Amino acid sequence: MNRENAVEVIDVSKNFGSYQALSSVNFEIRENEFFTMLGPSGCGKTTLLRMIAGFETPDTGRLLLHGRDIVDIPPHKRRVNTVFQSYALFPHMTLAQNVAFGLENLGWDKARITARVGEMLERVHMSAFANRKPAQLSGGQRQRIALARALAPKPEVLLLDEPLSALDLKLRQAMRDELRTLQRDTGITFVFVTHDQEEALDMSDRIAVLGSGEVQQIGTPLQIYEEPSNRFVADFVGETNFFEVDVLKATEKTATVRTPFGQVISVPSPAQVPVGKATLSIRPEKLNLGDQVEGVDFLAEVVKKQYLGGYTHYLLSAGGVEIRASRRNASRESDTIAVGSPVHVGFIEGSARVLAA
Amino acid sequence: MKLQHDVKRYPGLGIISTVFFIYLYAPLGIVVLYSFNANRITSVWTEFSFKWYGSALNNSALMSALKTSLTVAAIATVMATTIALLAALSIIRGKNVRYRKLSETMVNLPLLLPEIVLAVATLILFSLIGLQNGMVKLVIAHSAFCTPFAFLPIRARLQGMPLDFEEAATDLYASRWIVFRRVTLPLIFPGLFAGAMLAFLISMDDFITSNMLSSGGTTTLPVYIFSLIRAGTSPELNAIATMLIVASLVLATVALTVAGRGQRTDAT
Amino acid sequence: MSEATAHHADTPRRRRQINLPYVGLAPAWLLMIFALIIPILIIIAVSFAVRGAYGGFDWGFDLSGYRQILFNEGWTGEMEFTPQYLIIILRTILLATVTTVLCLILAVPVAYWIAGQPGHRKSVLVFLVTLPFWMSMILRVYAWMIILGKDGPLLRFFEFFGAPSGMTFMYNDGATLAAMVYTYIPLMVLPVFASIEKLDGTLIEAAHDLYGNRWTTLRRVILPLTAPGIASGGILVFVPAFGAVLEPTLMGGGKQMMMGSLIQLQFGGGRNWPFGAAIAMILMMLVMLVLVGLALRSARNEVES
Repeated sequence: MNRENAVEVIDVSKNFGSYQALSSVNFEIRENEFFTMLGPSGCGKTTLLRMIAGFETPDTGRLLLHGRDIVDIPPHKRRVNTVFQSYALFPHMTLAQNVAFGLENLGWDKARITARVGEMLERVHMSAFANRKPAQLSGGQRQRIALARALAPKPEVLLLDEPLSALDLKLRQAMRDELRTLQRDTGITFVFVTHDQEEALDMSDRIAVLGSGEVQQIGTPLQIYEEPSNRFVADFVGETNFFEVDVLKATEKTATVRTPFGQVISVPSPAQVPVGKATLSIRPEKLNLGDQVEGVDFLAEVVKKQYLGGYTHYLLSAGGVEIRASRRNASRESDTIAVGSPVHVGFIEGSARVLAA
Repeated sequence: MKLQHDVKRYPGLGIISTVFFIYLYAPLGIVVLYSFNANRITSVWTEFSFKWYGSALNNSALMSALKTSLTVAAIATVMATTIALLAALSIIRGKNVRYRKLSETMVNLPLLLPEIVLAVATLILFSLIGLQNGMVKLVIAHSAFCTPFAFLPIRARLQGMPLDFEEAATDLYASRWIVFRRVTLPLIFPGLFAGAMLAFLISMDDFITSNMLSSGGTTTLPVYIFSLIRAGTSPELNAIATMLIVASLVLATVALTVAGRGQRTDAT
Repeated sequence: MSEATAHHADTPRRRRQINLPYVGLAPAWLLMIFALIIPILIIIAVSFAVRGAYGGFDWGFDLSGYRQILFNEGWTGEMEFTPQYLIIILRTILLATVTTVLCLILAVPVAYWIAGQPGHRKSVLVFLVTLPFWMSMILRVYAWMIILGKDGPLLRFFEFFGAPSGMTFMYNDGATLAAMVYTYIPLMVLPVFASIEKLDGTLIEAAHDLYGNRWTTLRRVILPLTAPGIASGGILVFVPAFGAVLEPTLMGGGKQMMMGSLIQLQFGGGRNWPFGAAIAMILMMLVMLVLVGLALRSARNEVES
């Protein structure tokens, strides 16, 4: 099946005064996918979302919704709906009236609206509350109504602006599953904005990592975590160690480098790195500690450790370089490494990554 | 003596405040009390009587002044509230508006100038352009000084309302007009209502400007009361005062209840 | 204008976004220009005009309106210093200032006490403070005429304890002051209350925790943090008190005038418009001076903090 693009962002730039919020951003969002824009605050992700919704106008560039340029279409004529971070449920209307609002503006007839509102409230398990006002709801319930209201008009794309950030931890996890299910069931393209990497990794089909007004990387959650294309992505998504290395030889896919611990190893890289200085990135859980380590092997001293229940984090030092490692506590007696003692550290070459410095 | 440990309490404030509220209401209470005195000399109590109310209600000059005041206040309230609403929407919600601050100062200007200066200034203007109609003069001047009183609550309400609601409505396919009618207007209604009530009150209560501008046929209630006071205190005046006090009480209760209800529905 | 702006103006959506606010602001501007700006400009001109032979004025440039404030023209045209209007100006400044200060001294403890009351009681008390403001101002002054007046309860009370008959509380500055404080006090209590209520209670606890007593806490924590409310209450009381007409006219009698009642007198009988306009200008200037001074102060405070 030929998958059409739901949204195309072409060369979009936006300045707020002298502050450049977005600089020449390009990407596309595919039909029916759960697409996440992930990035720290101020990275431009919310600006992009508001552009697709129509609340911001790009200074330059084009925005296509199913192939049509929408830059000059006012927000109330775009078949796109938003779940606001604050939910923005109309406080003077009942929940049913809130859900019906968009349908009324689209000119649906009464019977169809009633049926659709009932269906949507059913879908988010809120039928019993149809005649309540938003002020009488809990955070999670408001979230559900905001979803029902935005999905009721069957938008071409649903935009979600950090919708889980106002919920407490337990509820947030439950809502992730619900959102994912809702997306699969409705088949509507979801564009989700968050600064929470775990949310992004858990729910998305594809993630765009944004930083300083630019797209840093687009890919599946696995690609983003395992194959970061630059330091920003490796650092922002998950934890990692950065070691300064000397590149001796490089191709498009791998680089041969000398580590600060003395070994010469061949490590995958996202693009050809120039000979000279580069950065080696390796995640703490990919470092093995103990007597029988595989792959690259060197000695380090344990400086500090943090017992966190399921895991123990270690801060190590080797030749003046700080190393963070973490180990799963598979049994009660797993944690045998003492502070101050030397320990073998090892990793498999393929799990590290060489990035431009 | 447990309360002594509450550091937020200052001793003696309760007594001061009690005295304050007595001070606030005792003078009005005395007027009300005297209005029921049958004796022509107000402070010499003879017996309880409603007779001054009867004579007040049969006073045609009073009734005509009341009618003038109500007419002027009603028209000025509609004008001031409409102008204030448009200005507040433009200043708070308008995009790319230049001179926002200046426009706001402009709307609030009547609050910053002593009323007597404005009153004589308008008097001179109207006499220069030869405007004779007392009603028109009063309506124009009242609309001007009522506008900031209508403006301030509307602006406060609009400013306190996040853009999200209007954006959500637009997102749900509402046109500009629908957004205004179904979302903005209902949500700012308490502010709009409070502003209109305030404008009405200020217009009804105005003495300084009305005294300057009113002529024979267009005497407002405060100007008429002033002339009565000038003629000397009378029990009929006390009856008029009492009726006005009761009317204000009702009006204020209604206004503040509506505004209060608005605040409750905000609790989202 | 650049090409880009011209291009933007072509798309109908953007044009509407730019123009609607100005359409909305137009009525307010028109009204204020017609009913405020133009009259103020005219009164400035009139203050320099010549007194007309039969009341009113004739255009011209003449300083006699202002000169008259300080000097009286004798039969032979010599200028004689007369302090009577200067005294009125000074009385106005004094009474307005004392009114503001008295309102403040009364308002702070009351507002603080109200702010400390439990929820429902608090809203009832705020309502009670607001209520007199909804009642006719002229009636509130009138109430004080009854209280202080001949045969009034206060005089009766003193006569009962042997005060000489013929004594009166009316027609002096004290009577004017009593009515002014009474009519303007709600305007002070409300803003002061609003800023005290916003005050974070833990700040007071923190002050005590750091060994401050009630007085230190009041002086160094509560008052500085409620300064914005005190300032806006001060303006709300000072501006109308400075231009007061009713209180001096009714309570002060014909003799103890303030600038407001003096201006009214000059226009009321069509007596001397240029002189009235000159007094009005002085009044406006003095108020502006105070407002600009306060604005500068608060601007400086904002920069500092």
